[in-house]
Parts: sequence; structure tokens; C-alpha cells
Amino acid sequence: MVSSGADARGMIKRRAGVKLWLSAGWLAVVVLAALLAPWIAPKDPLMQDLFLGRMPPAWVAGAEPGYWLGTDSLGRDVFSRILHGARIALTVAVVAGGITCLVGATLGLMAGFLRGWVDVVISRLIDIWMAFPPVLFSILLVAVLGPGLHSIIIAIVVIDWTRFARVVRAEAMGQGAMDYVASAQVAGRGRLSTMLTEILPNVLPTIIVLLTLEMGIAVIVEAILSFVNLSISTDAPTWGGMIAEGRTSVHQAWWVLVFPLITLFLTVLAFSQLGEGLKDRFDPVLR
Amino acid sequence: MQLFRAVLLRLATTAVTLLGVAIIVFVVIRVVPGNPIAMMLPPGATDADVARLTAQYGFDKSIPHQFLIWAGGVLRGDFGLSITARQPVLDLVLGRLPATLELSVMALVMACLLGGVAALTGTRAREGAGEAAIDVANGMALSIPDFLWGLILVLLFGVLWPLFHISGRVTPSLELPFVTNFYLFESVLRLRFDLWADIVSHMFLPALALAIPLAAIIGQLLKQSLKETMHLDYVTLARTKGYGENHVILREALRNAILPTLTLVGVQFTFLIGGTVIIERLFSYEGLGNMAIDAVINRDLPLIQGIVILFAVIFTAVNLCVDLLYAVLNPRLRHG
Amino acid sequence: MSFLQVNGLKARLKGVGHPLLRDVSLSVAAGEVRGLVGESGAGKSMIGKAVLGILPRAVEISGGEILLDGADLQRLSARERRVRIGASCALIPQDPLTALNPSRRIAPQITDRLVDILGWNRARALSRARDLLAEVHIPDPDRVLRAYPHELSGGMRQRILIASAFAAEPKLIVADEPTTALDVTVQKQVLKLIAEMQARHGTALLFVTHDLGVVSKVCDRLTVLYGGMVVEDTDVRSFFAGPAHAYSRALLAATPKYTDPDASLTPVPEAVIRAVQAEVAAADRRVAHG
Repeated sequence: MVSSGADARGMIKRRAGVKLWLSAGWLAVVVLAALLAPWIAPKDPLMQDLFLGRMPPAWVAGAEPGYWLGTDSLGRDVFSRILHGARIALTVAVVAGGITCLVGATLGLMAGFLRGWVDVVISRLIDIWMAFPPVLFSILLVAVLGPGLHSIIIAIVVIDWTRFARVVRAEAMGQGAMDYVASAQVAGRGRLSTMLTEILPNVLPTIIVLLTLEMGIAVIVEAILSFVNLSISTDAPTWGGMIAEGRTSVHQAWWVLVFPLITLFLTVLAFSQLGEGLKDRFDPVLR
Repeated sequence: MQLFRAVLLRLATTAVTLLGVAIIVFVVIRVVPGNPIAMMLPPGATDADVARLTAQYGFDKSIPHQFLIWAGGVLRGDFGLSITARQPVLDLVLGRLPATLELSVMALVMACLLGGVAALTGTRAREGAGEAAIDVANGMALSIPDFLWGLILVLLFGVLWPLFHISGRVTPSLELPFVTNFYLFESVLRLRFDLWADIVSHMFLPALALAIPLAAIIGQLLKQSLKETMHLDYVTLARTKGYGENHVILREALRNAILPTLTLVGVQFTFLIGGTVIIERLFSYEGLGNMAIDAVINRDLPLIQGIVILFAVIFTAVNLCVDLLYAVLNPRLRHG
Repeated sequence: MSFLQVNGLKARLKGVGHPLLRDVSLSVAAGEVRGLVGESGAGKSMIGKAVLGILPRAVEISGGEILLDGADLQRLSARERRVRIGASCALIPQDPLTALNPSRRIAPQITDRLVDILGWNRARALSRARDLLAEVHIPDPDRVLRAYPHELSGGMRQRILIASAFAAEPKLIVADEPTTALDVTVQKQVLKLIAEMQARHGTALLFVTHDLGVVSKVCDRLTVLYGGMVVEDTDVRSFFAGPAHAYSRALLAATPKYTDPDASLTPVPEAVIRAVQAEVAAADRRVAHG
């Protein structure tokens, strides 16, 4: 029975490896695109040329040379806008994802480990938060805060901190009941110190996995907000904005919708699979 | 007596939650800079007009005062007047509610069917290529949110192979003999299957977009539960009685494996309902979510409040139903 | 004429090929009670599972035949095989706490085989269930039939499982260590019940157990297994008078004597174990070369 168990572990390890490398690979491409956009983008993403509106991609008859993926209704180069859109998407992913993680994980740790009235208050807050439809709440917040990158980031943090808080709280509660924690406290460690040095390292894998998930969610939220015209400004080359515009002209110029959609799809998928791959890697059973 | 206390406690926490939601949304939307009334009126409006309407809607009072007025009204069933539509918020909201409910329920049914089939097929084909394929499909469906699926469906079935409608609830030229706004339900009751078909062809894609992520969750969890159950002794005993694999999965394993899936589905259903906001927008579906987005863009404060509260009520009601359902279905809880 | 005839049965782990049953032959005649004894891992449970067609997914039959009433089970289609087994055999499982479906009431768990496999009508099946519960001395059978398993005690559940096994008047019942999971106080009662039912219905019984004491009370013949190989096959009387094989002798000597609680326990001597392991290895070599 031992050998077939080892086979199963080997198979999962291989699949986790593939997932990790593929998703990390794509994300690396996106990061590069974002970093190098100003230099490698063939055209100015904001430059309009109404004579070149709705030009098809390069391999289709009637295309305008130099505009590899075609142009939108205002004659802007789709490819360049996608490259620049990556900057916005990644900024949102990293900053919003990171802050949400920090806020949510901290509150979750506190609630799960300190218990008492801290837990009661935070849990009640989580319940209230979960009663809000998340998309509507984010749209509301951005409308109130006004357009801009900062609004999107704040909106994501405010809405999604519960994702971290709930999971981290549960894990912290479980860890807090363990013997090694009791022995640390008997040895005279303060509660805060115990929380940071004993609980946190064990909860860290879960937090990291959730972080990758959150980054994917942040990108989507930005896209949705752009779609509803509440993101940065109507001119800025966000993937969501391009998708919104593409949706309206989908019958005449399918490429305006398709290419940013594919990019968004692959990026979100990559973040999610990265999380899955990391989760499999962190699973102590497989180590 | 035990049950009564539990119910009471549950109602109390629900009330606190709803109150919390009301306060938060109330405060948040009043933080907006500028006077919403001023934004609504045409540029030629006089200061007197602005002042009059501001007083009429109560925006000149302090925030806590406004809240008390509004809360008092709510307890009497009066949710105020919509600024954009000049109609009672409650009427507007209840008018759009059936559309969103029908869409959500249709999506739920689709998700259960798709997820159930995936789980059963995966169990039947377990430890083989079939299960691996289903796992891959599930993994992808899980990672991609409803918004993206909606866009993909718009592309595939709206443009490439136009089998379904991608806009609206019903073809505009049709005359509707309906009394309520439950179009789908009434069309069946009135035996108007031509209308029913038209409505379904409009609802199919948005419902599918909402359903896909939930179907993946159901498929994964149910399959896992089923596979674990298949090892249990009573399943083996059933085999010795002469039953084949299909019967054993459906009759013996399923009813035990389904319980943990049920509670998860309940929670996820609230997420699905939340997803209607953007999906309705994407498909121009005239439901609550679509109206909500317009309300936010137009700064229609009373309407925003009314919609958010309604969503919160729906969410808590769904959670309550799920807990009740679980208590009823679990024979151990019923008798133990 | 044996109802069950197992000839040279070989079983192994799929893929790895590790042998689990080595050339096992035994027979159970109509109405006979045969004991299958051995220590844990000797393969006694595996034989019972092979006969009933419920081997674990990781195990495959690699040789030999199983004849049920003359029919070679391996030559039948999957469907024919399970219907034949379902109609003529039954299992008394080991753990009454896990062998009943917690979400179904007791009645359908007894009557389902009769209705679905044998085509009885529901009323007749229900009446049979009631009679069976009375046979196993369960008071208020109607209440029990309507109950869920978690409402009943372990001992009660084992009686129900015993009753259920006899429902279709099977020709052969495999009892897989039916008393192991029970309290000692209940074990004796259950054993008596099984013996009683077997005598009344005249069913052949393949009794899997590690307890020689049980064998002495219930069985007519017994087979001793070690490492998936038959070590001895004889009738109970001669066995307890003096077993032929060294391993069997050691096994008998190792059985605690409840009449003499102060006597120290005698484990099976190392030499005997090594000897019987050598026999197993020799058998494997014969298989590899022959």
C-alpha cells in the first residue's frame, strides 16, 4: 500500500508544479509588460485618430499596419492600451491585495487569538459586512470617493477584508488551542508576542494563498468598476474600460472586447492557479 | 423552549446586522461632497429651488437626525421617495425585485444541475481520465468570476453563435399580459409558452454566467463527499445485496454526501445574488442590480438605501432558510 | 455437493503485484458452518470479500476460480454476478455502527433487496422483515422498522443486520468477524443468535474470525490461514483434539483460557512463525517458476 501512496503524492506534486510554473510564467509576462509598457508599446495609448477607428487586427484583411491588435472606435491602439492597462491592473493587485491582506489578517488574528470582546466585536462586524452585496458596495464607495486609483484601492480593502479575517480567525482559533501556545504563555510570553511568533508563522501559508487569490479579485474589481465607468477616468487605458467599450461595439469590432478579455481572463486564472499551486506546495502532508 | 430561545437569539442578531447595514450605508452615501439635489436639477435652477428640495428630502438636517427620520419611516413601511423617479422607493424596489429573484433562482437551479451532474459523473468515473478531466474543468470554472463568464457568453452566444439574447428581459415588441413582474412564473401559469420561451432565451445567458462558479463549487464538494462516502461499510453492504454502481451512488451515498454541500450552497447562493448586480448590468437585464447601479451613478440616496437594505434582508433570509433546511434534513438533528 | 467451491484462488494488489491470497482452496457444503481463522492480515476477510464480489478497488484476482452453486463467478458478466450473489448470498458485517445507512430507516434497509433484486411486492417484504425481527428477539418490531439507526443501540443494530442477512433465504452467509466490534457481554448473545438462525434456516455459513473459541462453539469445519495461504483444513472436532500443523498447534496454545485466568499467555513461538513463513515463501517460488 505504501508505493501507491507515494505514487499519488508524486502525481499531485507534478500537477502542483505545472500549475505553479504556468501561472507564475504568465504573471511574469504581465509584470514585464507593465514595467516596460512605456518603452515597448508601439503607439501612445491615449492618442486618438478618428480616421483609424475600428481597424481590425493585423492578420485580418483591411488592417492598418503597426496596429497589431486593431484599434477601438476612437482609433486608439488596442495592443498599446492593453500593455498600459497591465500597469494599472498590477498596481491595483499588489497594493489593494497587500493592504487588504494586512488589515484582514491582523483583525482575524486578533479575533481568533485574543477572543473575548475583541472577537465579539470583530465577528459582528464581519456578519454585517457579509450582508452587503460586494459589487454594489464597491460601486457605492467609489462613487462616493470619486474616481481615481486611491478610491479603487480603498474600496477593495474596505469590502474584502472579511475574506482574510474569517479564515485567519478560524485558523488562529485552532492554533491558539494547541499545546505549544500554552507552553509559550507559561514560559512568560506576552499575548502579543505569542501571537506574532507562535501563531503567525503557522497561519502564514494560508495567508499567502489568500493573498494571491485576493490579487486576482482586485484585478476583477477594478475591471468591473471600469466597466461601470467609475474607475479612473474614461480615457485611461484600463482593461475593464476597454471591455466596456468593446461590449457596445461587439458586433462591429469584436477585437476591442476579445483581446483585453483574454488578457484579463488569463491574469485572473493565473492568480488563482498560483494560489492553488502554492496551497498544494504548502500542504504538510505532501512535504 | 430550547428552540424558541434559539429562534429569538437568531432574530436579535439579524436585527443588529440589518441595523448595522442601514447605518453604514446611510453614513457612507452622505459623505459625498456636494449637494445631491444640486446635481439633479438643471443648471438654470435658482437657489430657492435647491433649498426647497433640500428641505423636502431632509438633507439640511444632521446625519443622526436624518437617520432617525428615515428609520422611523422604514418601521412604518415608508422608505422615502426616489430622487430620480419621484416615486416611493418601496414601490420601485418591489417592482424590480421579481426579475432579480427569478434570475437568481434560475441560476441556482442551473448550478445545482450542472454541479450535480459533474459530481456524479466524476464519482462514477473516479480514479480515471474522466475524473481528471472534470477536475480540470471544475478548477477553471472556480477560478473565473461570474463577470468574466458573462463576457465570454456574450461573445460566444451573443455574437458568434447567436442562439440567445444578450440584452433585456424580454423582446420589446412583445405585448405582455402579466399582472405581476414575475414574468417567468406567470408565463407558465398562463400557459403562454411562446412568451416563456422568449423570456428564457433572454435569461439563459445571465443565469448561466451566475451559475458557473457555483456549479464548480458544488461539483467539487459533492464529488469529494461522495467519494468519501463510497468507502463506508453500508455502501459495501449494499453491493452485496446485488446493487450496481449507479444505484449505490444515487441511493446509498448521495443522501449522506449531500448535507455538507447544502450548507455551503446556501452561503454561496448569497454571493450569487450579489453577483446579479454586475451581471444584470452586463446583459441590460431590468432587475434590482441594474437599478442599483443607476441609483449610485445618479446619487439617488433614498433609492440606494432602499436597495441595499433589501439585499441585506434577502441575504439574512437565505441564511436563515439554509439553517432551517439543514435542521430539517439531518435526521440526527431532528430526533437527537 | 458444495455450494461454495474455491479452487486455487490467488489475489494481489493491482500494479504492485504484492500477493494477498496464495492458492487458496476451500469448500462449504450446503448447511455447513466453516470457520476461517488466522491472525490479522492473514487474508481471511479477503476470501469472504472475494466470494461476495466486494474486494477493494486496489485488489485484483489473479488466478483460480470461485464456484457458487456450480457457476464460475469470474465467467459471468458483472451484472449477472452481482445479481446471483445478491440473490443467494449475504453478509453479516463486522461493525454494526457503520453498516447501516444513517439517513434511511431500518425497514427499507431490510426490504430493499427483496423488492429490487427479487421482485417481491412491498407488503410481503415488510411482513417478512417483521417476522425476521421477531426471530432475532427484537421487541416492538414496528417501532424499530420505522426508526433510524442512530436511535438504536449497537447490539440491536447487529441483530437487525443478522436478520437482514437471512431475509432472502440465502444459501450462503459470510459472517465477517461479527462479534469483534461488540462488547464482551453482548458477544455471547449474538453468537448464540447466529447459531440459532443458522440451524433454523439451514444456511451455509462462512465464519471469518480470529477467535478459536468462537470456532469451537459454532463451526463444523475450519480453515487456518497464514499469509494468505491455507495452513490447515479439517473438521472442528479433530482440530481441537490435536491440530496437525505446527502453526495451528501454536495458535491453539496461544488462546487464552478463561477457565484458568492466572495462566500466563503463550505467544506463538518464533520458530513456528519462521517455519510457516518459509512455507509461504516456498509456495511463492513454486508460483514464480511453475
